[in-house]
Amino acid sequence: MSIYLNKDSRIIVQGMTGGMGSKHTTLMLDAGSNIVGGVNARKAGTTVELGGQELPVFGSVKEAMTETGADVSVVFVPPAFTKDACIEAIDAGIGLLVVITEGVPVQDTAEVWAYLDGKSTRMIGPNCPGIITPGESLAGITPHTIAGKGPIGLVSKSGTLTYQMMYELKDFGFTTAIGIGGDPVIGTTHIDALAAFEADPETKAIVMIGEIGGDAEERAAAYIKDHVTKPVVGYVAGFTAPEGKTMGHAGAIVSGSSGTAQAKKEALEAVGVKVGKTPSETAALMREILSSAG
Amino acid sequence: MEYQAKELFAKHGVTTTLGIVVTTAEEARAAAEELGFCVVKAQVKAGGRGKAGGVKLAKTPDEAFEHASAILGMEIKGLRVNRVLITPATPPQEEYYFSFLLDRANRRYLCIASVEGGVEIEEVAKTNPDAVKQIPINPGTGVDAEKAREIATEAKFPEPVFEQAVTMIEALYRVFTEEDATLVEVNPLARLEGDKLEALDGKVSLDDNASEVRHPDHEQFVIKDETDPLEAKAKEKGLNYVKLDGQVGIIGNGAGLVMSTLDVVAYAGEKHGGVRPANFLDIGGGANAQVMADGLDVILNDHQVKSVFVNVFGGITACDEVANGIRGALEILGDEASKPLVVRLDGNNVAEGRRILDELNHPLVTQVPTMDGAADKAAELANN
Repeated sequence: MSIYLNKDSRIIVQGMTGGMGSKHTTLMLDAGSNIVGGVNARKAGTTVELGGQELPVFGSVKEAMTETGADVSVVFVPPAFTKDACIEAIDAGIGLLVVITEGVPVQDTAEVWAYLDGKSTRMIGPNCPGIITPGESLAGITPHTIAGKGPIGLVSKSGTLTYQMMYELKDFGFTTAIGIGGDPVIGTTHIDALAAFEADPETKAIVMIGEIGGDAEERAAAYIKDHVTKPVVGYVAGFTAPEGKTMGHAGAIVSGSSGTAQAKKEALEAVGVKVGKTPSETAALMREILSSAG
Repeated sequence: MEYQAKELFAKHGVTTTLGIVVTTAEEARAAAEELGFCVVKAQVKAGGRGKAGGVKLAKTPDEAFEHASAILGMEIKGLRVNRVLITPATPPQEEYYFSFLLDRANRRYLCIASVEGGVEIEEVAKTNPDAVKQIPINPGTGVDAEKAREIATEAKFPEPVFEQAVTMIEALYRVFTEEDATLVEVNPLARLEGDKLEALDGKVSLDDNASEVRHPDHEQFVIKDETDPLEAKAKEKGLNYVKLDGQVGIIGNGAGLVMSTLDVVAYAGEKHGGVRPANFLDIGGGANAQVMADGLDVILNDHQVKSVFVNVFGGITACDEVANGIRGALEILGDEASKPLVVRLDGNNVAEGRRILDELNHPLVTQVPTMDGAADKAAELANN
């Protein structure tokens, strides 16, 4: 089992013909993903050869879904066009929308989120590495070679910290690892992923990686208290970040006393989540839990 | 800053008085001669300017000169005051508070309005929270005339200024959406003599992503003399760099990993004379020689830096490319590279990456296989 994505997922790529899109479509194929085509209105009707496969390019998400039965779309289009690409996919009724694009104006994302209200689409991102169910499918840019299948569910705001943590725990492996992105407004949240991992019978324990800014970790802590029975190990990056400076992710900014790593750590620890000071200490905490569970 | 916020207000039809921005006391005197009874206001990106003594009334041009002399050069919350704004002194009959902002927790916009207190809004929020109205805004439908009227009604704007408030709310929402702001704040929104509503002071925070994508004109709001010279240099080279106040220079890939690296270095520093990270620098996915050289160049020009920690996890990026990047950077920099480099490579193609650096056998480069170990080594070297 896994969450959101599995071997049966049929994936299209919006922006497949661009530089990032074609490179990562090839890597997704390497990971075993079932990529069924791409979308580019200007190249509709053509095909692209990637990773030894001839992939059809469709004029719209709707057409791609009708022709291929696609239920997942991965978005690589440039930030200026990301909002329109998302709305097109939502209108077409895509099940899972994974937005990799970095640098999307936050009001565009807020508008897309408002548009999603009452629709059936789940959005992950933007500005995220996407989602991987090792051994089955990858919808995003996470390297599939880091770790294989196993009992850990991972949810993280940060891409490279996801990779680092998967690497530290590669001998155990993962059901699904999901990078939700570091922007101020995102689709799928820590809480959504925690709920899905809690419901997934194969996930035995959960790693949650947060970073400074906002109060998503604090809200996740409140959720864990009431709804999560599986062991959760946490890590928060940005203890040394000064107030008022943006640390790379648009969402990673400490304003006033809220959003500090210390506050997040304390909120998580208060509900029984073991929080590591460093990625390696966090991995060690997970290791203990899984080893004692046999 | 205030005067920039007011420019954006004026552009979108929000009633405000721009005033005159000056950088010397002499210019302040001239401005006061033109405006008469006026206020001299420090222009820095910080709240609490009044409490810090950065806002003074001037009855005469000489007084304006004196106040400007005192305010220019002072520090408010660590920021040096390089300009003052001279505006006509218009004592408000009443002060209100109004803002639109991004409500990230609820993934929508929020309007906050209060007719009971402008500048003391935080105090009002504590003592009389009911007087501070919070009205959610749906980003899909926004604020039209009808919604603006609804907001003005809920906020209880008094009858004599009600219609002006409706118009101003619509205009402020235009500032918020058309400029892609994350915050548009008017504080105080003043009811002046003759029941005239005016934005006396304000603050606008812009979304960097949107400025990059569709507002090239926002470049004008970046004030060069307020930016750290190393940060300015990094920005020119397209690097994501933030200057901090420590001794260990940091280069890494990915915002999360770099933030984590800063923490790990700070912990390691506790055992090595309290050394701290000197900067945040994310070189992203493509760690080629030029990017690595640019990054090292910026960090080595930070005179506080005693050692540099290069922490890369090869995800998409392969470690051999990063190792070649470091080798190339050292060639490009030549004798400029003068401080010890601790390199930790892991992930994709790590064996080849480490081999390249082993072979290079550069006297300044030390490889350590783990993040914790490398942080410890870098902190130790910075403490020598």
